[in-house]
Amino acid sequence: MAKQEIDDRFKKFGTVSFTSISKVNDFIDYLEKGKVMASKCKKCGMRFFPPRADCSGCLSSDMDWMEVAGEGTLLTFSKLQYGPVGFEGDLPYTIALAQFKDVKVFGRMSKELSDADVVVGMKVKTLPVQLANGKIAYEFKKA
Amino acid sequence: MARVAIIGVGQSKFVRGYPGSIRELAFEAYREAVQDANITNKNIDASIICSAPEYDKQRSPAGVLAEYLGLTPQPTFYLETVCSSSSTGLKVAYSMVKAGLHDIVCILGFQKMSEITSAESQERMGRGADIQWESPFGTMMPAYYALHARAHMAKYGTTEDDLALIRVKAATYGQINDRAVYQKPVTMEMFKDPENSMAGPVASPLRVGDCCANADGSSCIILASEEKAKAFSKKPVWILGVGAASTAVNMAGRDLFSGLTVAMEAANTAYKMAGVSPKEIDVAEVHDCFTIAEMMAYENLGFAKPGEGKDLIRAKETYKEGGIPVNVDGGLLSKGHPIGATGGSQLRTIVLQLRGEAGPMQVENPEIGLVHNIGGVGLYGNVTILGRD
Repeated sequence: MAKQEIDDRFKKFGTVSFTSISKVNDFIDYLEKGKVMASKCKKCGMRFFPPRADCSGCLSSDMDWMEVAGEGTLLTFSKLQYGPVGFEGDLPYTIALAQFKDVKVFGRMSKELSDADVVVGMKVKTLPVQLANGKIAYEFKKA
Repeated sequence: MARVAIIGVGQSKFVRGYPGSIRELAFEAYREAVQDANITNKNIDASIICSAPEYDKQRSPAGVLAEYLGLTPQPTFYLETVCSSSSTGLKVAYSMVKAGLHDIVCILGFQKMSEITSAESQERMGRGADIQWESPFGTMMPAYYALHARAHMAKYGTTEDDLALIRVKAATYGQINDRAVYQKPVTMEMFKDPENSMAGPVASPLRVGDCCANADGSSCIILASEEKAKAFSKKPVWILGVGAASTAVNMAGRDLFSGLTVAMEAANTAYKMAGVSPKEIDVAEVHDCFTIAEMMAYENLGFAKPGEGKDLIRAKETYKEGGIPVNVDGGLLSKGHPIGATGGSQLRTIVLQLRGEAGPMQVENPEIGLVHNIGGVGLYGNVTILGRD
């Protein structure tokens, strides 16, 4: 019998990924195609970011992907001068939270933005970003 | 309904680099609490051992500690809600005594953080948040609380100086607490001097001085049924209210950033159960892992209206002589924050205050005290209200 292929695509997510196997591994494929996705329950319509395989509202596991499109608003941010083990090479970097139409998204600000550009309330869009060693994430850019 | 009391409290000195193993560290708080309760190990019916995992190598520490403390063959188990582990232990012990399962229960909290480096510690604490969706971005505790600080500043006009005032207060009392890891003064001038380490940036807008001190330490609380409390204790401190709550682990799943919903919900439950209002609290211990955490606690516990926490600290109302003294033992900022031991240490401070045994930190004649202990970044919240006869 052929050895079953392990779908560990999620290990590509971020500078250091602590998860390799997840039922929402397609999130990584969407990132590679240039899209940041959330999920929506087909049965009750609940929307989720981060995406999930199961709906806590109605217990359905029949979920649709939904793109985090358009402009969001920056809710808060912090620029880190120290980082945890494994992130030394990224420093300094800015983590942030933004409100989009249906969901909030947690991520990093693009390094293209200067400190003066980053203010609570600014309009942002979220886009995938290629990292070193074939890894991938997403970041916020000025909309 | 029969009441439940705290009859014994103990705490090791909080230190950097404790010169012993976790069982020896645990023994220090345990011995003080058992002697304080005027009982022996034979009187204790069960123990709850509380810490956050992955700092030391011991898996399932409950059995190891229970044996060392002389608490076998009584039942024991391990419990964790990260930084709020030992106040969660208090709530569980309270329910066990209230249910009549046991008469006397020991809650032992410990943490030996010095077995790993500071960067490793940040990585582990960061993994107390969402490892699938947030940790890959390089998160850590100061940065998460910094998100709250930025949101509070944007909404209410709170300043970095307001946060620094909270650290100055903590250090005022850390200097007179011989169990504190940081016993040096902190001044506003230190925050204004870019050469001073207190002013060093960590995660904007939080600076070194806004962050609590890692420490090794242990705490121990002994709970008893009303009958046993009256038999053993001259000054039982009664548990009037316990409240607890949880929320979404990921920031994207939350709606409030200028406060912690878990603290608001846990406080509502505890106030209701105790039948008291925020105005009736005479002394409080709040979870000031970062200065912004204390600022939000003022507001979430009802000591100030949302956005008015800054007025409380500017007017020194949370100093020992103020309207609502908060963290007059130095708090996590100066006393130190050995994760699993912290809740028990906060409870100990309030018990000593209510007994009138807090020494130089004593507030004038308090009758009702409150403990606010938060796990993770506002992930778990426990509020406990205590009172004396």
